[in-house]
Amino acid sequence: MEPLLRMMSIRKRFPGVQALDDAGLEVLPGEIHALLGENGAGKSTLIKILAGAQQPDSGTIEFAGQNVVMLSPHDAQRRGIATIYQEFTLAPNMTIAENVFIGREPGTGFFVDWGKMAAETKAITQRLGLQMQPMAAVRNLSVAEQQMVEIARALSMKSRLIVMDEPTSALSLSEVDKLFRIARELKAQGLSIIFVTHRLEEVMEICDRYTVLRDGRLMGSGSISEITIDGIIRLMVGRQVKALFAHRDREIAGDVVLKVEGLNRRGNTQDQNATVLADVGFEVRAGEILGVAGLVGAGRTEMARALFGADAFDSGRIIIDGQEVHIRSPKDAIGHGIGLVPEDRKQQALFLALAVRVNLSMASHKRILRWGVFIDETAERTMVEEYRKKLNIRMASQDQLIANLSGGNQQKVTLARWLALRPKVLIVDEPTRGIDIVAKVEVHNLLFEMAQSGIAVVAISSELPEVLAISDRIITMREGRVTGQIKREDATEEILMSMMTLSVKPT
Amino acid sequence: METLTRDPHAPTQKKFDIFGFLARFAPLIFLIVLMSAFAVFEPRFLTPLNLFNILRQVSIYGLLAVGMTFVILTAGIDLSIGSLVAFAGLAAAAVSKGGLANRFTVGAGEAAASYPWYLAALAAIAVGVAGGLLQGFAITRLKVPPFVVTLGGMSAFRGAALLFAAGGPISGFEPNFVWMGQGKIFNQIPVPVVIFLAFAVLAHVVLRYTRYGRQVYAVGGNPEAARLSGLNVRAVVTSVYVIMGFFAGLGAFVLSARLNSAEAVAGTGYELTVIASVVIGGTSLFGGVGTIFGTVIGTILIGVLLNGLVLMDVSAYIQQIIIGIIIVLAVAFDTFAKSRQRVA
Repeated sequence: MEPLLRMMSIRKRFPGVQALDDAGLEVLPGEIHALLGENGAGKSTLIKILAGAQQPDSGTIEFAGQNVVMLSPHDAQRRGIATIYQEFTLAPNMTIAENVFIGREPGTGFFVDWGKMAAETKAITQRLGLQMQPMAAVRNLSVAEQQMVEIARALSMKSRLIVMDEPTSALSLSEVDKLFRIARELKAQGLSIIFVTHRLEEVMEICDRYTVLRDGRLMGSGSISEITIDGIIRLMVGRQVKALFAHRDREIAGDVVLKVEGLNRRGNTQDQNATVLADVGFEVRAGEILGVAGLVGAGRTEMARALFGADAFDSGRIIIDGQEVHIRSPKDAIGHGIGLVPEDRKQQALFLALAVRVNLSMASHKRILRWGVFIDETAERTMVEEYRKKLNIRMASQDQLIANLSGGNQQKVTLARWLALRPKVLIVDEPTRGIDIVAKVEVHNLLFEMAQSGIAVVAISSELPEVLAISDRIITMREGRVTGQIKREDATEEILMSMMTLSVKPT
Repeated sequence: METLTRDPHAPTQKKFDIFGFLARFAPLIFLIVLMSAFAVFEPRFLTPLNLFNILRQVSIYGLLAVGMTFVILTAGIDLSIGSLVAFAGLAAAAVSKGGLANRFTVGAGEAAASYPWYLAALAAIAVGVAGGLLQGFAITRLKVPPFVVTLGGMSAFRGAALLFAAGGPISGFEPNFVWMGQGKIFNQIPVPVVIFLAFAVLAHVVLRYTRYGRQVYAVGGNPEAARLSGLNVRAVVTSVYVIMGFFAGLGAFVLSARLNSAEAVAGTGYELTVIASVVIGGTSLFGGVGTIFGTVIGTILIGVLLNGLVLMDVSAYIQQIIIGIIIVLAVAFDTFAKSRQRVA
């Protein structure tokens, strides 16, 4: 079969870095293709070139049998290539229909034909098997629904190839299922889809073929049915990663450091009466890793933010080392020895325009003060170097902008920020989201080491293999409640899944 | 388990990064080019007298720009400073003349009780700080955007100044006060220049070397991450408007001294020149990026431009057009260099 897309010998150099060096990609008509590689392997650059957002230094692109040069994103869209980035490009204050037809509104002359726009939007969403109000504002949609609007937009442009960058990273399990159903439907209609993802289990489930990049080079390509996850990982990292997600059994004998009782919170931005947290209670011992499993929206992040003082809560007791404490701001929480690595690194943790050193020391200025006012830069550099070594953070220098580090190294800096504070309790929310597999293993090891050193770790993760790998004990949450507690050795993915999805029995 | 050390982001060979250099020193390079051009076309330009003259002319804008740098670093803006300068200047003038009742007495020393210059300075700074604090609270507690709050301040402070002055200027101060604006040290260096540079150095030290400085950059770069790192974001935001108010007061004091007069319409339009200086100096309006060094260069750049154009007999109208174009070009150049500099 003639490929729909053939990219060959693509090279792209950025100042200081050869992002792509003989990269290639072939996509057949009507297939779901996985584009794989670690962070920094060149996936993003390759899809930006495909989308016309960047120009290659050399190489050829054939699309539908023609040699093409993608001059601009508009040009690529016109040829039938739609790209859905991780950060959506929707206008939140406009309606679904307006977003679907943005820049191509149907109508005569100066005026928009609203009826036609709404009807066509409705038709497209129905083709996706969705119930959506075309005139509803995008602002009120969930992440998954916004993604559907992006897909609808791609369909309205009569796209033949849809590129999705990490489409499942912000979705709950049921939403992922829905997305996959739609992807299969589109495939059946003859469209091709490129999935850029880190989640190999999903690749095995949904994709037909794969392409692996490493350091900007094409490492391998073929049919999913002829390769295993281990095989893909070998191609991605160039060696076999052993003990991936392997658990270490340990005896936890520490005292209870953090105890939470009856934590309640009502009301979120959409609904004043929604139950966000209901009677949440648990405890964590020194040296223990408590895993928190649950679907997206189960209240795990809200629980973490309440404990950390980032959001207010209505009632509940937080007890640290046997003493009840009052936490009204992150500053209070830090004062009581609690740290939080938030779920969204870029939005909530990093200062992208600042150096690695400044990012790392941000929460622990007290350790490096001179005369109470000045930052002792020598002490700061020593401290940063200490954590660079301890966490194996790869950077050109301490003064490098953190924006230029890979996701995994950024996450290590965020972890180091809290380690530098020598916390009693460290809450990590999705500690390995969006980072490559090597860094993931390193972060897991770091969490172990932190626990070994006596920190009580609370680890929230949407990936069940991860929860099973790193936790000593696991609690599950659903609809703002703790629905169960289980020792790691008694848990399996199936058991956890049923604890996360079953409704709570009244006690 | 084997250690996984492999670095796809290892630094490449060290080569001189021309765009990185340009990005870092864009405003300075721009200034040097401009000064060279004027020096070629106009021999009077490059004399010590003229250069000190330029510095003296920009010193009040410069003081305000130093304060504005703090504000813009937090992604804020302060449009009220022109009005605040007028109000604070009147306060200094009234104190110098011996209080409210005597404020319209004409001529130096004619007032019954003339208060010393430092009390006048204190009065101006107190008014500035109070104005800044008020606006800072409105921004952090009432959650009104800085643009709107200070637009309101711009109107309210001007009104307060007009009310206070009751129509006429206050002029004729005691000699020590006037010396602060008109005097020269070693018969060469104008006093306002010394004040400007001294406070610029102080501000540089605060931003570059203190914990507070770090917090300003952090809050400007990512307020949510700053809060989650335990910073008191509201306090930091409020503080930058207080600092701006301090510099507005100080600037008003020096301005009144230099003119030997204070009036309610003083400082009109200052906010735009000052914001332009800060932005030309490379400080991002989105917050988190910028330096006092850049602001000083940006301020001097505008002064050099004005001075050079005057020396070359360019009409005042054309001057405005040229300055407008230069502002845009300077920032475009800065943006271009930054986009091309090597990552890392």
